[in-house]
Amino acid sequence: MNDTLALQADGLTKVYGSGHTEVVAMRDASMRVRRGEITALLGPSGAGKSTFLLCVGLINPPTSGRVAIGGRPVLDGPRALVDLRRFRRENIGFVFQKSNLIPFLNAVENVQVVGELIGHPPPVARRRAIELLDALGVGARASNRSTQLSGGEQQRVTVARALANQPSLILADEPTAALDSVRGRQVMELFRDVAHQHGTGVIVVTHDQRALDVFDAIYQMEDGVLARAPALAQSECR
Amino acid sequence: MNLAVRDIRHSLGRFVLTTIGVGMLLMVVMGMGGIYRGLVDDALVVTRGVGADLWVVQQSTRGPFAEVSRLPRRVVDRVAAVPGVTDAREFVFHTIQREHRGKPLRMGVLGLGWPTDKGEGLPMVAGRVLAQNHYEMIADESLGLALGERLRLGKDTYTVVGVTSAMVSSGGDGIACFTSRDAQAIQFDEPGESVRLERQARRVRAGEIDFGRTQPSVLDRASGSSRAIVALPGPAVSAVIARLMPGADTDAVLRTFEGWSDITVYSAAQQEDLLLKGSVDRARRQILLFRVLLTIISAVIMALIIYTLTLDKLHPIALLKLIGAPNHVIVGLIMQQSLIMGALAYGVAYLIGQQLFPLFPRRVLVAGDDLLRLGAIVLVISVLASLLGIWKAMRVAPNEAIG
Ligand SMILES: Nc1ncnc2c1ncn2[C@@H]1O[C@H](COP(=O)(O)OP(=O)(O)O)[C@@H](O)[C@H]1O
Ligand SMILES: [Mg+2]
Repeated sequence: MNDTLALQADGLTKVYGSGHTEVVAMRDASMRVRRGEITALLGPSGAGKSTFLLCVGLINPPTSGRVAIGGRPVLDGPRALVDLRRFRRENIGFVFQKSNLIPFLNAVENVQVVGELIGHPPPVARRRAIELLDALGVGARASNRSTQLSGGEQQRVTVARALANQPSLILADEPTAALDSVRGRQVMELFRDVAHQHGTGVIVVTHDQRALDVFDAIYQMEDGVLARAPALAQSECR
Repeated sequence: MNLAVRDIRHSLGRFVLTTIGVGMLLMVVMGMGGIYRGLVDDALVVTRGVGADLWVVQQSTRGPFAEVSRLPRRVVDRVAAVPGVTDAREFVFHTIQREHRGKPLRMGVLGLGWPTDKGEGLPMVAGRVLAQNHYEMIADESLGLALGERLRLGKDTYTVVGVTSAMVSSGGDGIACFTSRDAQAIQFDEPGESVRLERQARRVRAGEIDFGRTQPSVLDRASGSSRAIVALPGPAVSAVIARLMPGADTDAVLRTFEGWSDITVYSAAQQEDLLLKGSVDRARRQILLFRVLLTIISAVIMALIIYTLTLDKLHPIALLKLIGAPNHVIVGLIMQQSLIMGALAYGVAYLIGQQLFPLFPRRVLVAGDDLLRLGAIVLVISVLASLLGIWKAMRVAPNEAIG
């Protein structure tokens, strides 16, 4: 194991259902993401991108294959090598397409709750939450509930929440789908800055071809098969 | 940061309305307990009011409260002569219903053992105890009689010299205390005409038997006062009550009475036991069953509302799991809401009850012990009510937060 790697996924296969209804959503997928590196995951709808993220995010373990995060082996096939929920809480940040804020909490509380979950005293968690919201430009909306925030603001709060546990890996599934291209690009750049500044590994599933220049690596997925896009394609995008 | 409180603020209206509803139910549960306590307390007022150590009743009856008991009056003197007994007297208690100031006045008439008992032991709130053998009464405030008010009962007029509180019979009627002589006079009051008719009838009866014909003086006696006819017993009494000398051994005295085959004797504690096990016991069980039902209904309502509140936040719960919240955080979220609802409902029950119960026609006695016990029950049903919601929340998968 290499602990300069934020994520090391080897030979992940995911089979949904069984027998007649069996769907092989992902086949022998492998990926390495270094700390401080931001990786794009492209592919048509139904290709298995979300399946991949849920596997490496320890939410929906693979049928076979291995996952290590921050140099620590966590999954061996469907078998958990650590307490998955605890590991998620301490090491992974999530951002999803639709804003996923807790409706009965305001912006700052949505971020603060993560800090408290990893054991920070409430005042400390709150101070850090406010700092994060400020850094993401939504400090002024700290006491608003998610229904009072615009889509872009909600997504920023979600990013702040994903950062609140200082994760070694951030997983974002089409985080900009609900945003216009300017806001979408801002969010992508935000992820890049987070990766570069905090040394976090970031994987972003996206359809947005225009923002590909912010990524350090690009993976492509089709029919459950994951492949790293050729370096040439990457330099073209830059 | 308390998630439960924040979620409650989010759906405040529903939470508050349910809490008030459950609170009202709990108030009824509390009130029914209070009614039972009131019943018990009222049932014991008379026995405690007369301050008897021993109750002497007709052989093998459970009188005088549970069933009819008849004793010849001379038992009073026999009981008084038993070593260890300070004094004995007839127990006089009966209920009358008369007109007073144009309204029906129901009251329990209780005889006190003048002169040893002038009413010192009564819960007086105004006036004084009895000062003479006749024509004075101590009335309970629930009767609505004022100090100094005069009341005609039978052939005599009685003056209210003292007022008590919480002296209510097991039927809920206010009790008035008289000397036991006056109480009997009220009980056995006969109009003059009826007395004349009885003397006439007696004379006729005496004339029809040999004894009357051969002894003319008997005919003369028959037309006179009943008291002058030695052969006729006085009115029977329902029970004789006795007080023991300070430090007397109750069991020893009871053993003395064991040899008497015409009576049965109960200690004060046994008499109270008879009262509570008899007439009050069925009421107690009746009320208890209603309370159990209402408690179950409260629990079901709480469980349903906690469950729907949980259904409403399945998505946030899935999200909490996704970002790694441990189960105890989620269980805590739901159970705390249930406990908060239970606690607030209990408070609502108490506060509304405090305002409402005094307006009830009969006493609702909400006592400290019962409050504590109900508090514990509320705690238990709050926990139980949250289980359904918790069960649902535990089955939510974190990936339900996505998509
Ligand atoms: N829970 C599931 N049960 C069965 N099939 C699923 C499930 N989730 C996804 N799939 C299937 O797996 C394939 C990949 O889905 P997904 O990973 O969501 O693709 P993408 O995110 O690239 O659009 C699809 O064919 C989808 O129908
Ligand atoms: Mg998807």
